[in-house]
Amino acid sequence: MAASRYAFFFDAASCSGCKACQAACKDKHDLPVGLLWRRVYELVGGRWDREGEAWVPDVFAFNLSLACNHCDAPICAEVCPTGSMRRRDDGIVLVDPETCIGCRYCAWACPYGAPQFDDVSGRMTKCTFCADHLDLGLPPACVAACPMRALEFGERSELEERHGPSPGFFPLPDPALTKPGLAIVPHRDARRAGPRTAAVANREEVGR
Amino acid sequence: MGITATGHSEPATSGERIVRVGCPAHNCGGRCLLVAHVQGGRIVRLGTDDRPGDTLADPQLRACTRGRAYLRRQYHPDRLMYPLKRVGRRGAGEFERISWDEALDLVAGQMRRVKETYGNSALFVPYGTGSYSQLNGSVVARRLMNLFGGCLGIYNSYSWAAINVATPYVYGTLETGNQRQDWLNSKYILMWGWNPAEMRDGTNSELFVRRAREAGARTVCVDPRMSPTAVALADEWIPIRPGTDTAMMSAMAYVMLTEGLHDAGFVRTHCVGFDASQMPPGCVGEESYSDYILGARDGVPKTPDWAEPITAVPRATIARIAREYATTKPAVLYQGYGMQRRAYGEQVVRAGCVLAAITGNVGIHGGWASGLANQPDGGCAWYVFPTGENPVPASIPVFLWSEAVLHGKGMGAEHGVIGTERLDNDIKFIYAIATNCLVNQHADINRSVEILRDETKVEFLVVQDQFLTSTARYADVILPACTQFETWGVEDGWKYGEEVLLMPKVVEPPGETKSDYRICAEIAERLGFGGEYTEGRDERGWVDWCLDSYRRTRFPDLPSLDAFEASNAGVHSKPVTAPAVAFEDFRRDPEKHPLDTPSGKIEIFSARLFEMRRPDEIPAVPKYVQEWESPFGPEAARFPLQVIGHHTLHRVHSTHDNNDWLEEAFPQRAFINPLDAEARGITDGDEVRVWNTRGATVLRCRVTLRVMPGVVDIPEGAWWAPDEHGVDRAGSINVLTSHRWTPLAFGTAQHTAMAQVEKA
Repeated sequence: MAASRYAFFFDAASCSGCKACQAACKDKHDLPVGLLWRRVYELVGGRWDREGEAWVPDVFAFNLSLACNHCDAPICAEVCPTGSMRRRDDGIVLVDPETCIGCRYCAWACPYGAPQFDDVSGRMTKCTFCADHLDLGLPPACVAACPMRALEFGERSELEERHGPSPGFFPLPDPALTKPGLAIVPHRDARRAGPRTAAVANREEVGR
Repeated sequence: MGITATGHSEPATSGERIVRVGCPAHNCGGRCLLVAHVQGGRIVRLGTDDRPGDTLADPQLRACTRGRAYLRRQYHPDRLMYPLKRVGRRGAGEFERISWDEALDLVAGQMRRVKETYGNSALFVPYGTGSYSQLNGSVVARRLMNLFGGCLGIYNSYSWAAINVATPYVYGTLETGNQRQDWLNSKYILMWGWNPAEMRDGTNSELFVRRAREAGARTVCVDPRMSPTAVALADEWIPIRPGTDTAMMSAMAYVMLTEGLHDAGFVRTHCVGFDASQMPPGCVGEESYSDYILGARDGVPKTPDWAEPITAVPRATIARIAREYATTKPAVLYQGYGMQRRAYGEQVVRAGCVLAAITGNVGIHGGWASGLANQPDGGCAWYVFPTGENPVPASIPVFLWSEAVLHGKGMGAEHGVIGTERLDNDIKFIYAIATNCLVNQHADINRSVEILRDETKVEFLVVQDQFLTSTARYADVILPACTQFETWGVEDGWKYGEEVLLMPKVVEPPGETKSDYRICAEIAERLGFGGEYTEGRDERGWVDWCLDSYRRTRFPDLPSLDAFEASNAGVHSKPVTAPAVAFEDFRRDPEKHPLDTPSGKIEIFSARLFEMRRPDEIPAVPKYVQEWESPFGPEAARFPLQVIGHHTLHRVHSTHDNNDWLEEAFPQRAFINPLDAEARGITDGDEVRVWNTRGATVLRCRVTLRVMPGVVDIPEGAWWAPDEHGVDRAGSINVLTSHRWTPLAFGTAQHTAMAQVEKA
């Protein structure tokens, strides 16, 4: 029985930022350098203090592995002028390369950076949730890859039942905006992160 | 919900063949399973372990980002495709294509010439782990040399020199670790300089720590850098000034001793040298461990107050961690390996072992004796392929090959030479197979290449590899080897060794490339012992031979090769349901089951080390010794920053440096604290010049809070790329490192280096 509504689960508390998910995604979908359907953001904040002759860190860091969240209210589909971005009945949001004109409205609208422009084809591309795998009853490549077992997938309500409710936290947008299919356990330091206290430290690694 | 992460299997699309294969073996610390999808003779996709279950006893061997990005290396346009001969001066990187016949005749001819001129001990096969399965890499060249009459041998490694040597001085063995599932019995895990989430110290070690936390263990990470392990696996991160770990450990011992937190009963029955009451014969009245810690002889009690300015760890933190570790039992103190690749690396190994011993965490479930921590039954086999006996008895420590080139003849015990009184030759011929240790990974690159450039020293240098590495640029002849996907191999789990991974040949070797084994077999043929070399076996035949060996030892149920191959399982595992504990017998009855030390006990004080009479560098009890390059020495005035080089997931040492997906994921940067950057007018992303008296490298920086002040971190392994002024432009850390070796193990101390950083 297929899930009626697919979602990812991500345990930010246990993610080391190893990027096995990212490499597995690139391998599965033959993505060139520059296309990162799944990517890992490194959030860092804090300060260093000198106490006597000691160095005392008040430093925190955590990782966020993000792909497309296949939102319930996919703003990418809303803004697409050609109707190429569509949500399937099972919740998977896909772009139709036949009709996409590569205008990038979806990329500008998506608060997660999920749709990405392919310079070669001139079309938008994005995470497919490995729909071909799902159709065969198999997990997406990123989920099967995680050495720390920090990524899962399934039906959102079920994932939240198993792992607890998913709070919104910096730098993720308010989930009310697009209703993302993303259940998440925050790292303990996520509560310390805000626009003035933390920053994406690896901007050059996540592109766009 | 019908779909879960278990019970699945990789699908083959039409026209596709699927092969489960051990991930190409390098020296990463993982041994993982890949699922290769093959179409039209080409691997098009690499999945990972898809066995159902994924249990604690037998977890999936999920490959890391390097395994998953492997196709970018496998099908890299720069793969060496045919043999090359040097045409310019050595090191200029000018080569011309030659035939295999010419290349192999040349190599065989030079081997003969050097043997006749100097003797076999002038031949040398250096340390190398670029290919590291039982059938690939340096092992096949060792078999060749041994059948040819031998070559100068090597012992120890770059990775573990000090820990290999120091651990047995305390415990009489390297088998000091429990099986990893036992971490779930721990209440406290002190990850000291240990970063399993990034360096993969055994596939799944990071997962086992995660499970131990879920089972209730508190975890603390001590590291100059807020590593991925500190982020994902630690309840607390304690930054420590590099090279001062033994000072913090000593201060922890001070707290334990003065507050009575150590396990006095265990110390009395199982240890020697703790205090004056248990000094070994001949050493009565000498400085015991307690004497050192309390400052009885040197007048310096090793208090947290003493340690704070050395370590930069607050005194209160040191005292708290001492109390936590001593009273939260059972506890693990896992020692990483980076801190023993330092000036007095032997000391930190012994100091950690002593903390484990005096807290009584030895020989119990949930405890951990520290030290190298091989498994109680020996763990993985490391080497199975029969290299044969080396008829040349002399061996040098791997790290001292450069000295044996410069002044080998006459070198003896003072250089760690074993098997002979004095070497009778300099190294004249090098067969460098699957190694970048002659240039890129050895200390002080500018010194190393100076040595290699002199054609009167190393008269002939053969490099066998898959790419034109920094080392290959110095070759006289380059032999193009195929990758491990293109020939047969077999491997077992790294260090922990609970599985055998089959590595069937997945695709054909491209161009004119051949397997390491085939190349050596063809040289053997030219030297007149081809039949003896192959014994009639091809690569698959030797895999069969290796499987027999595994079957006779740790894996009695291992299927036949035909059955293993036909099953397409890729892996044969030995689930761990009752994890073994090191030193269980000794713990129960130390008189009946003595250790293999002179006293039969845990040697906190070593009479053997005492007899060496070098107390300043090789003390009989573990001591903090200020490093020869340090923030506390005069060198700090010019070069105030300590240089460390973590093991990045971009590479396995230098392998994968040219992998574009991994460069995208983990670009090569100098990581520096904002306080040090600001003081130098450096901002995030700037090009910086990192330099000292040995060399300079220019690369972009990442200004990050995750490295402590006073430290610049340049991940090791980037391929040296000198510009016309000899300045490296790739971020190759070894232009900065020193070739000075550790006093006891003759091991690398490459992490002990000071430098300055400025805006480029």
